Amino acid sequence: MSWLSRFLVLMAMAVLAGCGKPEFSDAEKKTIASLALSALPSLKPDTTNRFADVPAAAALGSTLFFDQGMSGDGMVSCSTCHKIDRQFQDDLPQAVGVGRTNRRTMPLAGVAHDPWFFWDGRRDSLWAQALTPLENPLEQAGNRAAFAHYIEARFGERYERIFGPLPDLSKVPANASPLGTDAEKAAWRAMSDQQTEDVNRVFANIGKAIAAFERSIAPPRTRFDRFAIDLATGAVPKSDDAFSPEEILGLKLFIGRANCVTCHTGPRFTDNSFHNTGVPPVKDLPPDRGRVDAVRQVEADPFNCFGAFRDGDAGACGELRFMVKDAPELVRAYKTPSLRGAATRPPYMHAGQFSSLDEVVAHYSKAPASVEGVSEIHPLQLSDRERGALVAFLKTLAE
Amino acid sequence: MASLWRYVLAGLGLAALLAGILAVVYLTAPQAPQGAGADISRSKKTANGLFVASFEPERGVIRQGELQSWLLTLKTVAGAPVEGAAIAVSGGMPQHNHGLPTSPQATDYLGDGRYRIDGLKFTMSGLWRLHFAISAAAGSDTVVFNVLL
Repeated sequence: MSWLSRFLVLMAMAVLAGCGKPEFSDAEKKTIASLALSALPSLKPDTTNRFADVPAAAALGSTLFFDQGMSGDGMVSCSTCHKIDRQFQDDLPQAVGVGRTNRRTMPLAGVAHDPWFFWDGRRDSLWAQALTPLENPLEQAGNRAAFAHYIEARFGERYERIFGPLPDLSKVPANASPLGTDAEKAAWRAMSDQQTEDVNRVFANIGKAIAAFERSIAPPRTRFDRFAIDLATGAVPKSDDAFSPEEILGLKLFIGRANCVTCHTGPRFTDNSFHNTGVPPVKDLPPDRGRVDAVRQVEADPFNCFGAFRDGDAGACGELRFMVKDAPELVRAYKTPSLRGAATRPPYMHAGQFSSLDEVVAHYSKAPASVEGVSEIHPLQLSDRERGALVAFLKTLAE
Repeated sequence: MASLWRYVLAGLGLAALLAGILAVVYLTAPQAPQGAGADISRSKKTANGLFVASFEPERGVIRQGELQSWLLTLKTVAGAPVEGAAIAVSGGMPQHNHGLPTSPQATDYLGDGRYRIDGLKFTMSGLWRLHFAISAAAGSDTVVFNVLL
């Protein structure tokens, strides 16, 4: 072969090799690096819960999390819906505790990084969140006086080692709560201020222990994270970690033309905010207006950051202090969920409206109008191949 | 001669292939960030020219997704600090059809015309618009700052 033909063969090989390599611009590489788990900052201390990082509190919290005694009927625990072997969710369109709720159970990996809790953000701390299902008649269906008695009877010693002496509960009614049945409400009203304060304190500490446990639930590293590290360092991916052309296309669309990364941003793939994306309501469920109704609920919650049970100073209450209280875009706005692990936990959306990622991507591609309020998303012209590629990419966040 | 033509043709073919690849790479490259052409200056005259306003992150850097405070500094055109101003903050992301994710407020007067605007949060990259309604002894005026993340 002449030098010329050798040169041309080399050129052709170089070009072909170039075709097989993922080509990411510097801006794309920067975005991909910002999504990697390695970019997740370490968990900030929660100054509103001084037991947040106390191991004994986390251990008690873990006991309570799995304890069916923490319910009105003795059959339901946090783990009934937040199943430990299912990413702390239950695979159901709507959670079923003592009754059937109207919302999808949220997974818990990385939950302690959230500023707001529940799909609509009706609680402003992990410990205040943990208290809410305990008294919801459709979830654990208990009442706070009964929980205080239960803690004293069953975990009194462990409780006192962490939180100090239990109050005198001997004259506190067996069942009482400001949120319960008429009889429980009447019993609550008949209690002295000291008694209600005492019961609320024990109740708040239950939430603080459960929150301490939940802080330990971290999102695992995925194939995407290994790919992102290889891309950032220029290392050659190991065979299983390399992305297929379809996954690369999906990733490029995710951070590019499909605009997913606008809200699903950062290493947890969420902006921690609330958006109306035109997700349809579910027939037969009570009216659900999302964030707009949650604002009043979090303001009224006695366990919120401004309340008497917060540890530390009010400087930690910025989210509540500067909360948007009244804006048209709060109507049917729901929290942007993390996409880590999402591929293996259908169904999707706040009430399990979509049974597959294909349906989710089709929804965002079509961008139908919202039944109430205005959807923030706009139609995308995505081909079948592009929608499939997005789903293929999302699966790399669950492998 | 015939073989030389073959090389020339092959060369042309390769050049065309390269051009094609470059075209694909160029055409699929992400667009310049939306709003790249917007005015993102940090200091400007207010709409009716009553004040000169500057707007800077208090700690110098913008951190996406975290509550943070910025400083709004108000001076008269002559350069005197504007004291006792009432300031209302609003804004949003014009390209995403939504307002601010928080309700920032002027929380402190730090002297020398400087006001702390606390509770700002930029939850996503893109162009953010912040609108200030300012009311002081000299009168009322407005100013808009664009922040590009």
